[in-house]
Amino acid sequence: MKKSYHFQKGWGPQLVFMGPSLIFFLIIVIVPFLLGFYYSFTDWDGLDLDKAVWTGWSNWHRIFNDDDKFWESFLFTIRFTVVGVVLANVLGLTLALLLMKALKSKKILRTIFFLPNVIGGILLGYIWQFIFIKGFSTIGELTNLPFFQWTWLGSPTTAFWGIVIVFVWQTSGYMMVIYIAALAGVSKDLIEAAQIDGARAFQLFRTITVPLIMPAITICMFLTTSNAFKIFDLNLSLTRGGPGTSTQSLAFNIYAEALFNNRYGLGTAKALLFFAAVSLITITQVWLTKRKEVAA
Amino acid sequence: MRQQEKYTGRLLVLEIIAILLGLIFISPFYLVLTNSVKTLRDILVDAASLPSTIHWSNYSQVWNIIDFPAAFWNSFLITVLSVVFIVFFSSMSAYRISRRPSKFNVFMFLVLISAMIIPFQSIMLQLVRVTSLLELRGQLYGIVACYIGFGMPLSVFLFHGFIRTVPIELEEAATVDGCNPYGIYFRIVLPLLKPIMVTVIILNTLWIWNDYLLPVLIIGGNKDLTTLPIAVTKFFGQYTKKWDMALAGLMMAITPVVLFFLTLQKYIVEGVTSGSLKG
Repeated sequence: MKKSYHFQKGWGPQLVFMGPSLIFFLIIVIVPFLLGFYYSFTDWDGLDLDKAVWTGWSNWHRIFNDDDKFWESFLFTIRFTVVGVVLANVLGLTLALLLMKALKSKKILRTIFFLPNVIGGILLGYIWQFIFIKGFSTIGELTNLPFFQWTWLGSPTTAFWGIVIVFVWQTSGYMMVIYIAALAGVSKDLIEAAQIDGARAFQLFRTITVPLIMPAITICMFLTTSNAFKIFDLNLSLTRGGPGTSTQSLAFNIYAEALFNNRYGLGTAKALLFFAAVSLITITQVWLTKRKEVAA
Repeated sequence: MRQQEKYTGRLLVLEIIAILLGLIFISPFYLVLTNSVKTLRDILVDAASLPSTIHWSNYSQVWNIIDFPAAFWNSFLITVLSVVFIVFFSSMSAYRISRRPSKFNVFMFLVLISAMIIPFQSIMLQLVRVTSLLELRGQLYGIVACYIGFGMPLSVFLFHGFIRTVPIELEEAATVDGCNPYGIYFRIVLPLLKPIMVTVIILNTLWIWNDYLLPVLIIGGNKDLTTLPIAVTKFFGQYTKKWDMALAGLMMAITPVVLFFLTLQKYIVEGVTSGSLKG
């Protein structure tokens, strides 16, 4: 334990150093979070912010027995997360491996691949709305490729893949940066020793590189999983959950329940369930990938 | 020392593949940029070709419709104020937690870190309630207060990880010389934190600048506080597709953050890496 010097004892410094952050954090994050447990048992409608009548388990009952839309969006979110996480990490790692080579265009390509990340999800969704609706159809006319002639945002299946494409496009550059940092730390000697022993490229990758960058894989999987599972901005601006409600993510479903239907009480109950699901999924994922890490 | 890799035929093939991937990656920006200076008719006829004549009036019209200077100023002010407070408050707390790990401080640190897992949607509805009650809604200081609260966990975490590696001897020497805790913090500790401070500033700036949902909920009906992302949504109604206006608006909204990225590229990539690897 570090020794602390006597100047820091006492209430003054404690209040000055800890006070401001704790006040903001408690009021903005903790109090609302705890209030959720209360509101999820009420019929709070959001219009009259003060009136929220205790209704017992009825919100919870309704979610579990009478809310197919919620479970559909749950399923959509899980499907999207699985596909999005795998593709974003495969592409991110591929880009990183590619840019570790002595390419002349390395620097500018890193910039390009990372660029989508600095722009917010809302704007990216709008950019791609234009690409899917106008850009793709123009390319389709020019090339006659059926891939570009589909009405991408018009059917549930293609709209699903549309969101996946944009998510992967946005996220893989970020993952690439983390993977590059990890790959740069892999010892050249180990690789050379294995090469002398006659290891082939794929063997080298699987038995040496992957185990050594496992911590980065854990982090990237964690980031992509929690981002994909919480997807909202992109969903809102790209498809608005449509066609119908076929691409409505969980986060969007909660938002719609409260702001479109004015059922804030029901919304908070869903939000708590959402919190439980996010925690469970990300903790499980980190635990699973952590087990594969080796002490370097 | 390893010898320089030779530029072989295999590398050339990889180079071409990489460049093609790069072109696919930026093609959306190319389409938005070129079409933002076309007339609506030209966009509808052919969205892939270069503009025949450059049509700047889309930009000037959008500039007025969304009142670009005002929206930009709002985004700027909200971001800068929030980030400044986040940096100060979170570094002070992280310093205190690190140098004086009392039971209370360690407990609060754990609460802060655990809160990172809470999704925004689990808090937002009650936050509307709490902020209305405290008369923070529709106010500049209200939305800044929200960003400070939400920015705290990751920022304290990052500072804390860094401060642990800073030797304590300098501060002890300053204590012996009669410096008070505030002097030690501002004159000795804060300047030492520069590397991680850059990371905290960048991560928070990108997030706050691009944020959409929190301003929608907190700024609410107060049009005077409209931020850039909110202003641009105007052009994306469900049925009307005025692409010429919409694309010019999109360009105007993404240009500031793209310029920010291009000028601070090195720091942003470093910040993102150190932020992720520690977080």
